[in-house]
Amino acid sequence: MYEIRIHSRGGQGGVTAAHLLALAAMHDGKYATACPFYGAERRGAPIVSFVRIDDKSIRIYSQIKKPDLVVVLDASVMDTVDVLQGLKTGGRVLINSAHKYEFSGFSSCNVDLTGIALKENLIVAGAPILNTPVLGALAKMGIVSVDSAKKAISEMFSDERNVKAAEAAYKEMSA
Amino acid sequence: MKKIATGNKAVAEAVKQVKPEVIAAYPITPQTEIVEQIAEFVAGGELNSRYIPVESEHSAMAACIGASITGVRTFTATSSHGLLYMHEMTNWAAGARLPIVMANVNRSIGPGWNIWAEHTDALQERDTGWLQVYVSTVQEAYDATLMAFRIAEHHDVLLPVMVNLDGFSLSHIMQPLDTVELGDYIPPLHLKHAIDPKNPQGYGGLTGPDQHFKFRWEIERSMRDSVKAIEQAEKDFAARFGRKYGFTEQYRCEDAEIVVIAMGTLGKEAEVAIDNLRSEGIKAGSLRLRWLRPFPVLELKGKDIVVIDRGYSFGFGGILANEIRARCGVNVYSVIAGLGGQEVTYEDIADFVRTRRIDEEFWFGVNDRV
Amino acid sequence: MKCTSACAGCSDSLALRYVLKAAGPDTALVIPACCTSVIQGIYPNTAFNVPVYNVAFAAAAACASGMSNAFRSTGKKTNVIVYAGDGGTLDIGIQSLSGAFERGTDFLYICYDNEAYGNTGMQRSGGTPIGARTTTTPGGKTDVKKDIDAIVAAHDPPYMATACAAYPQDLFKKVQKALTFRGPTFIHLLAPCPPGWRFSTEKSVEMGKLAVKSGMWVLWEREDGKLTISAQSRAAIKKPIPLEEYLAPQGRFKGIDPKSLETLKKRLESNIRKLTQEEARE
Repeated sequence: MYEIRIHSRGGQGGVTAAHLLALAAMHDGKYATACPFYGAERRGAPIVSFVRIDDKSIRIYSQIKKPDLVVVLDASVMDTVDVLQGLKTGGRVLINSAHKYEFSGFSSCNVDLTGIALKENLIVAGAPILNTPVLGALAKMGIVSVDSAKKAISEMFSDERNVKAAEAAYKEMSA
Repeated sequence: MKKIATGNKAVAEAVKQVKPEVIAAYPITPQTEIVEQIAEFVAGGELNSRYIPVESEHSAMAACIGASITGVRTFTATSSHGLLYMHEMTNWAAGARLPIVMANVNRSIGPGWNIWAEHTDALQERDTGWLQVYVSTVQEAYDATLMAFRIAEHHDVLLPVMVNLDGFSLSHIMQPLDTVELGDYIPPLHLKHAIDPKNPQGYGGLTGPDQHFKFRWEIERSMRDSVKAIEQAEKDFAARFGRKYGFTEQYRCEDAEIVVIAMGTLGKEAEVAIDNLRSEGIKAGSLRLRWLRPFPVLELKGKDIVVIDRGYSFGFGGILANEIRARCGVNVYSVIAGLGGQEVTYEDIADFVRTRRIDEEFWFGVNDRV
Repeated sequence: MKCTSACAGCSDSLALRYVLKAAGPDTALVIPACCTSVIQGIYPNTAFNVPVYNVAFAAAAACASGMSNAFRSTGKKTNVIVYAGDGGTLDIGIQSLSGAFERGTDFLYICYDNEAYGNTGMQRSGGTPIGARTTTTPGGKTDVKKDIDAIVAAHDPPYMATACAAYPQDLFKKVQKALTFRGPTFIHLLAPCPPGWRFSTEKSVEMGKLAVKSGMWVLWEREDGKLTISAQSRAAIKKPIPLEEYLAPQGRFKGIDPKSLETLKKRLESNIRKLTQEEARE
């Protein structure tokens, strides 16, 4: 079983990113569950969502304690949240950022999802859409296949810019 | 059709296929997505039901009663305080012998306000004459909602059915969902006692001490007859759609020396605890109780029973623990865990088994043994 | 906890600050389930400097009735103020509201109206205007906004008023005045809501002003049955801005169907006519 924890702020689409990821994994023939953890459910508050992917059915509902991968959609949450908490030895971090972050003991990848979203003009209510391009980055990391990522995105969003942004993230990301 | 959905959306999908003529509901966290999805289906023309956005839960059940007695299918959904506010009318619905189906998203009771999973809300309804089933996966939430209509409307039953799903732990998580083509799985509803101006009857009027008890017995008689109806409905469901359920879901119980009993998602996560305990050489199994009412026959003698209660009766004890003690004649280790969404993991459940003391009560998170 | 649990741009918390300033420290708040239940913060913290009693959704006015009677029976003059949303007032709370008013309860009932069930994610309420999109009226509400002011007025309270979070001084004065009366008093306060009405978070005050300037929301007070239209609305009635200017920035009214828009306009005009005629008669 592969466990992913996604850190973001309310209103940034962190919950939808989890859903998209689970949907893509399902298209890969896996069993996936996606779960938002409801803390303070107000816009702008730090939130965490979880995704579990496995070849067989998943019977766990409790929070992910030892993720294999941590995704940080908004680097500013790191001021108040320990995003590395519980990350397995050998685990990875994917961070939405133009520059590389070093996390001692863990390998990290960065991709400028915000920049990609702005370039594709993927903006809703003044905020860049991060949850579709992040799927491209996750595909590059081998979490889901590119085809399934694109399929999941097209199923949830009719605007083609979402798929384009995911493709851009896939290309841009340093592995 | 294969998709991925939350527990709430799965319930709404099932309702869409059943096509109740009237849906009356009031929003309350964490049920709201059921109501919103149904409103979207209706507004988008995918569901031709009348959706009544009532002003309270008491009115929601009252409206369902009024609709149901005309002979149409009805549905509502609620949670926690909404269910409590409805309590007078849930009693009424059962007494009025109406096949209303309601999804209850289990949530704790305030004060303080807490929006997370607990079973006390539905457990407090266990005396009303409603049938109650507790589900543990998104697929099961969908399947159980479909079956609920068929069971409620069975001529030997004609009692309302409550489908319970854990707040947030199941209502808001996404899992795979396989929807079905219903076909004629649910026969058309012919309510014999429906209102008919050509054949006017009085409903629910003054009933004296020499008569009232007979109606109460009739409810119990139908509750007992519902066992067969449930079995038939589930058997037919398995034959048509390939998924089997039952009054309980038992995991590795055949040679188990210890059985963990729980409802809802804890009952499912318990299976992971069982696998871990087995690898330590502990012969444990789990029994997820699905149907609370009618309470099933359980063969538990000779085993150590650990009951996890996600609800409590103050001054008496864990509700499930006591029902099991009373009905099955066994002593249990009563664990009170998961109240107000308290996190309980498969590791905690395995610990309950390892540290069990039969005939004791243990409040998880409270340090003193009680 | 170094932050607020309110949404960015929240009118409710803005207004409450002025309400509490006006009421002073000898005050107890009674709050049913509503946005303010969350804005208070999470145990073990509370954001307010007065006692706040949280109570079930339908029960605020009944609870306040008990509390007020208890205080007065022991000689205490503590202000009892219900601070409730439109859901807890117009819909599920209307029975207890009516009862408390009919019995002449000595308390102030403030309904802050964001025209939907905000706390549970913006489902429609009786206070949602016709044509507005909510999560349970995705195609726009097909029923008109319930006139809670007329319902409350039918109970003949010694004082009632409308107010708006965008006019804090007016609100402040009205709260102070209400608290000088013995008996049930009512303030109906418009609370523009960025996530619910779908406008950008820095525009809450501007939205409140547009509501008043268009005549969609009229500021007035009624003292022992005598109506006075407040200065800001007097000016707006003389020279209103077109209703479209108020509706356009709000996502909830985007694509509003012409019939609903027509009804909104008609009711706006008829409301102003009724109020100006009533004022003129006195």
